[in-house]
Amino acid sequence: MKFLISILITALLSFVAGLFLPWWTIAPAALIVALCIHQSPFRSWLTGFLGLFLLWGGLAFWIDIENQHLLSSKLAEIFPLNGSSFLLILVTALIGALVAGFAALTGCYIRKKPVA
Amino acid sequence: MRLVPLLVSGVITIGLIVALNRPWGSVPPLGSFLSPQHGFWQNAEPADQSFSLDLNFADIKEKVDVYLDDRMVPHVFAQNDHDLYFVQGYLHAKFRLWQMEFQTHAAAGRLSEILGVGPDSAILNNDRNMRRLGMVFGAKHSLEVMEKDPVTKEVLDAYTAGVNTFVENCTQSELPLEYRLLDYTPEKWTNLKTALFLKYMSYDLSGDENDIEYTNAKSVFPKSVFDKLYPEQPQSVDPIVPKGTSFPQPLVRAITPINADSAYFGWKQPAPVHPVSKPDKDNGSNNWAVNGSKTASHSPILCSDPHLGLNLPSLWFEMQLHTPQGNAYGVSFPGSPAIIIGFTDQIAWGVTNSSRDVKDYYTVKFKDASKQEYWYDSSWKSSVVNVEVFKVKGGLDFRDTVAYTNIGPVQYDASFTGGKRTAGNINLAVRWKAHDGSNELKTFYQLNRASNYDDYLSAIQNFSCPGQNFVFAAKNNDIAIWQQGEFPDKWDRQGDFIMPGQDSVYRWQGMIPQGQNPHMAPDYPLEHPGRDFVSSANQLPTDSTYPYYLGGSYNVYRGMLINQYLREMSNITIDDMKKLQTDNYNLQAQIALPIMLRHIDDNILSSEEIKYLDLIRNWNFRNDPDEKAAAVYTLWMDLLEAEVWSDEFESVPKPYVFPERYTLIEGMMKDSAFTFADNIKTPQIETLNDVVVSAFKKAVPLLVKSDKDGKLEWSKYKDSGIRHLLRLSPLSRFHLTTGGGADIINATKQFHGPSWRMIVQLTDKTEAYGIYPGGQSGNPGSRYYDNMVNDWAKGVYQPLWVMAAEDAKNKKVKYKMTFQK
Repeated sequence: MKFLISILITALLSFVAGLFLPWWTIAPAALIVALCIHQSPFRSWLTGFLGLFLLWGGLAFWIDIENQHLLSSKLAEIFPLNGSSFLLILVTALIGALVAGFAALTGCYIRKKPVA
Repeated sequence: MRLVPLLVSGVITIGLIVALNRPWGSVPPLGSFLSPQHGFWQNAEPADQSFSLDLNFADIKEKVDVYLDDRMVPHVFAQNDHDLYFVQGYLHAKFRLWQMEFQTHAAAGRLSEILGVGPDSAILNNDRNMRRLGMVFGAKHSLEVMEKDPVTKEVLDAYTAGVNTFVENCTQSELPLEYRLLDYTPEKWTNLKTALFLKYMSYDLSGDENDIEYTNAKSVFPKSVFDKLYPEQPQSVDPIVPKGTSFPQPLVRAITPINADSAYFGWKQPAPVHPVSKPDKDNGSNNWAVNGSKTASHSPILCSDPHLGLNLPSLWFEMQLHTPQGNAYGVSFPGSPAIIIGFTDQIAWGVTNSSRDVKDYYTVKFKDASKQEYWYDSSWKSSVVNVEVFKVKGGLDFRDTVAYTNIGPVQYDASFTGGKRTAGNINLAVRWKAHDGSNELKTFYQLNRASNYDDYLSAIQNFSCPGQNFVFAAKNNDIAIWQQGEFPDKWDRQGDFIMPGQDSVYRWQGMIPQGQNPHMAPDYPLEHPGRDFVSSANQLPTDSTYPYYLGGSYNVYRGMLINQYLREMSNITIDDMKKLQTDNYNLQAQIALPIMLRHIDDNILSSEEIKYLDLIRNWNFRNDPDEKAAAVYTLWMDLLEAEVWSDEFESVPKPYVFPERYTLIEGMMKDSAFTFADNIKTPQIETLNDVVVSAFKKAVPLLVKSDKDGKLEWSKYKDSGIRHLLRLSPLSRFHLTTGGGADIINATKQFHGPSWRMIVQLTDKTEAYGIYPGGQSGNPGSRYYDNMVNDWAKGVYQPLWVMAAEDAKNKKVKYKMTFQK
């Protein structure tokens, strides 16, 4: 439950920060959540990772559907991902997830006591 | 606290952020680029995106309504000029900001700033070339003139304010995709940028001459041979102003310098200079107008169809601009105020390129390497030496020293020999009409408000460069055409070659009075009954009785065919005009092919060769998309051209240009007298038969290969496409099914062709059709990015809807934007 809630809060906080602040505020957002909601290092990492994987992946997925894959299919050729919109969404989600995962892990380690 | 893991994960986190926040080579900063809330995903416009907006800006004087129709064409209803051009600037920026800036950067020689120097420094070379040609120098002169005129000053200021209002309020999510890909941000628009944009069109349309190439040919060929290779005029012409029209006595007369034979014609030095990316020589166009006696509706019809490089986002942006004082519909240039080609409630106008030569080169003798002084009229004169600074993406600034003499900028010198480095030690100053200040914008401003021939005539007086053929039609049944521009009054062959720059007698001695420019006024049919149309297609403006030297290089076949059709046509409808504008008939082939076939003998051909010969024998001369014979003819002709000229030109220093296609065809018509058929590298004398057969035999293996690859149908052979300005394939549209080609009315070449087909029937209620190969949005993530490309390729037109204020509830209105204080 704690795990699920912290994923949701990470995603929510990152989303709100992203409305006003630069993209990398996903890192402090994930870090703060990990700092406040205490979990094991691996769970913290996974929280940040999944929070942003779902947020960025979900947003990109939604935008892509609305756009009828028009832009993603072009960008997935420039990059080059074989023109696959899906791969581009996956890459997007993974980039956000990696940053937030390690930020959350850092937040977890900032707390003094290790979790039992 | 567990320090080590903390440090490790902290370092990884910061490392990731830093790495994702900076560009890697051509990869933009991935963090901000991919973030769905910040990056390119924001450019992925929902398919049902609404464009309705209510905007408030302090700069707006009275409320402006903008209605966007189903093709995203804005219909702007403003109460005054200031608001009109403010909103035009805002809309251009909203839909096309990136290309506006990119194209003006190109004009100003600033592309290295955003693209780097490029492979082999090609981009930097291009930038240097633009500065050295004097693009900024010319734009500043024109800006002075435009800003001195209170009308155009107000238009420019309002337009710039409109663009900048968009730029200042542009959120990160509105930033065009290309800025993200190249990782930079827009700068403020200025009136100078508008001037630069207009100069870029001058460059595109009057920046192409062959002075250097002709000089190199002249250095080898005796005058008698040169004149055969490059005759002053084609023999077969159907000029804009019909043959036999009498011209008044010239008011000025340029005098050939006394020493021209030795110092100019007899000067045998080649020029080791390689012009950088010359504008396409087919930057041309078709336009024509017929009066009511020729149409089914008894009202005039005007057609205009500018042939230019085809890019995405498109050069054109369609609009309707309405104020209580005027109503204009047509296409505009993102980067400039006003409608450029279009119609008002009373008249229509269109343009084609004049193809006159208004750019000449002069040798310059400097006292020493500092270039501070140059020899002119028997004394040393001081030059102005400018240091041009080029910012370079990812590198150090580049500095270039450019000297200006009283002729103009010294474009080529030992430090800059063009696209290729040569051991050139020649200083060439350039005199270009576009260096002079002029107010072309005023022409368009006035045309947008014109209601009769006199308004049109007064509007075009402001137009000085690039020389254009302005076709005109009005609801009162007047039709007219003027070759408009300020053209230097030249002596015979002046400026065809590099001229001696030490002697003022070689300068342009004056300008042809504008009233003596070639034209057909509305009363022309009264004096010449039966001629109830006007037309132009980059052909010679007049026959040889025109009292001034024309120079330049001209198209022959398009104009001839258009006139042939128009003479025969009667009861013309809009559909007839659509057919004519998209006609694929190859007149050049109709003239040349019978001669070629006469010189080939089946007996010496293999069965495979005969197969292709039969294909072309049964051809109807149409370059339709599925015609294989069109590809056979094109390749055969190209190889024949090489076969005929290559030997003669082997000794000519590069760069050179082969003679015009029509020179070859006219030569072949003379048959045995055509001595260039002989290959001067062989002991025997080759005849036309030999070269025609040899070219054909060389063509067949290539044709077989194309055929095997399924690429012999004309459309596949030609392989037309529309390229993104950055040449990014995924943002371009390739492999379009199109017919036509060079020298054909439907002038669609591979990446060049009809950029805006327009047909206007001036009935009481104007009926107009048009299309351009692109879409109104410059955003590759919008469905309006390229939505007109397929129809354009098929030759389909869109009805152009001239909206009235009371049409606000019409179903065609999709979105509404309002601008107010």
